[in-house]
Amino acid sequence: MNRKGLLAINSVVVLACLLGLWQGLIQINHWPPYILPGPLVVASALHDRFPSLLNSLAITAEEAAGGLVASIVVGVTVAMIFAQWRWLRQLLYPYTILLQTVPIIAITPLIIDWAGAGIFSVMIVTFIICVTPIIANTTQGLVSVDENLINLFVMNKATPAQTMFKLRLPNALPNLFAGLRISSGISVAGGLIGELFAGSARVGEGGLGYAITYANNQMEIAYVFALVLAATMLGFSFFFIVMFLEWLALHNWHESSRAQEAE
Amino acid sequence: MSLPEVLLKDVSKRFAGAEHEVLRGISLSVERGEFVSIIGPSGCGKSTLLKMVAGLSPCSSGEIAVNGMTPKQARELVSFVFQDATLLPWRTVERNVALALELEGKPRAETAATVAGLLELVGLAKVHKSYPRQLSGGMKMRVSIARALVTRPRILLMDEPFAALDEMTRDRLNEELLRLYAEQKWTVLFVTHSVAEAVFLSSRIVILAAHPGRVAHQVRVDLPWPRTAATRESKAFEEQVTQASRLLRGVYQG
Repeated sequence: MNRKGLLAINSVVVLACLLGLWQGLIQINHWPPYILPGPLVVASALHDRFPSLLNSLAITAEEAAGGLVASIVVGVTVAMIFAQWRWLRQLLYPYTILLQTVPIIAITPLIIDWAGAGIFSVMIVTFIICVTPIIANTTQGLVSVDENLINLFVMNKATPAQTMFKLRLPNALPNLFAGLRISSGISVAGGLIGELFAGSARVGEGGLGYAITYANNQMEIAYVFALVLAATMLGFSFFFIVMFLEWLALHNWHESSRAQEAE
Repeated sequence: MSLPEVLLKDVSKRFAGAEHEVLRGISLSVERGEFVSIIGPSGCGKSTLLKMVAGLSPCSSGEIAVNGMTPKQARELVSFVFQDATLLPWRTVERNVALALELEGKPRAETAATVAGLLELVGLAKVHKSYPRQLSGGMKMRVSIARALVTRPRILLMDEPFAALDEMTRDRLNEELLRLYAEQKWTVLFVTHSVAEAVFLSSRIVILAAHPGRVAHQVRVDLPWPRTAATRESKAFEEQVTQASRLLRGVYQG
């Protein structure tokens, strides 16, 4: 059997052992389900409440994806402006770092005051935490171009737009994806934080963050576990989608994909 | 007498903030169709000299004329071949070669035909769809040369193009370069570290001294054309190499 197949089987075995250990500890110690529900109870909560869980999942997915896409569009645009005009970069770059260091939990209530409770506010929160890694990484890639490649474009009388789109931007793609990996992972967290405050615009239509708060208040701990699992899977699928797009964009030419092939 | 293709008059270069000059009082006249190699110790400003002729770096004093124009005006006549192939890694071989025409806005069909012909000429037709990372060092350098030739330049500036290659590959590429030179009759300024390479390729060798960079000697190479692999085994070749090496050694010893 090849190594990949063996690895897959091993992963499943490890997962089964962990779940077994979890269930076993509960059986032996007689912990009640409102303290720590076992995997079987969580599975049954997942099954019983599946439609409402799916509904919450869809809302959070929309918020996180919306914020993430906005952060890509804005982040890449800002990075291109920074790369084109050095003085603007020096003037404004510190503020983009500030955007990341500002405690997002502290300003979320303000955002809701201004933009109202609901999906849009949560998107803004997600956008704020996602945009800085994209600006920082993409700018880095846009400005660190081999000097002789710049010279080549100068010798051939390239316009600034040609230099940006045919040289700097493709050169920055690996950096953009490095930033996007970080942002895709934290976008779901941004959505959850937003929802803790924004709650739901309409009754029963909250996302995962809202549902987690609500279920916790109702002492439905097994459902909380199911919701946390859903949030984790959502973050994971975002990350996976980004990895796939990165592979599509870079596998032909970039060194990172050669390293993976060699493994 | 016709206008020299490249003319440097008392050219000096000092980088901003630097204490010493990199180049001092360089005067050099290159006729149309000459193949001139520039050789000298590290830090003698060989690459800087080439960049100045390309208009990529201004001179601090003196004057450079390329075909009677300023280096910047003359850019259309000039192609630069960089040390290391300096290809765009995200472009295939054919799209790397097509770059200059694409930036000019030439029609696609015309570009494709030119590129295909050129790839044939440098022996890369089979790998036109490959990416640079799939190629050997020698092949990458061929792509780089094809890319420089796509604009049909009159003047080629080459900055140690074969320095990173093994000796056999370098010799092969030298022979191919001369074959293309015989066909296309460019004027070439060729920076190198290798005396044998300079002798094999050039009609004239300019030996620079360092600190500051200045012209120490000029040697005319009297080897018959066309030069082939057999040229390297001739007695005349050996004598020229010995002579140039002796002059260069004198420069190193200061």
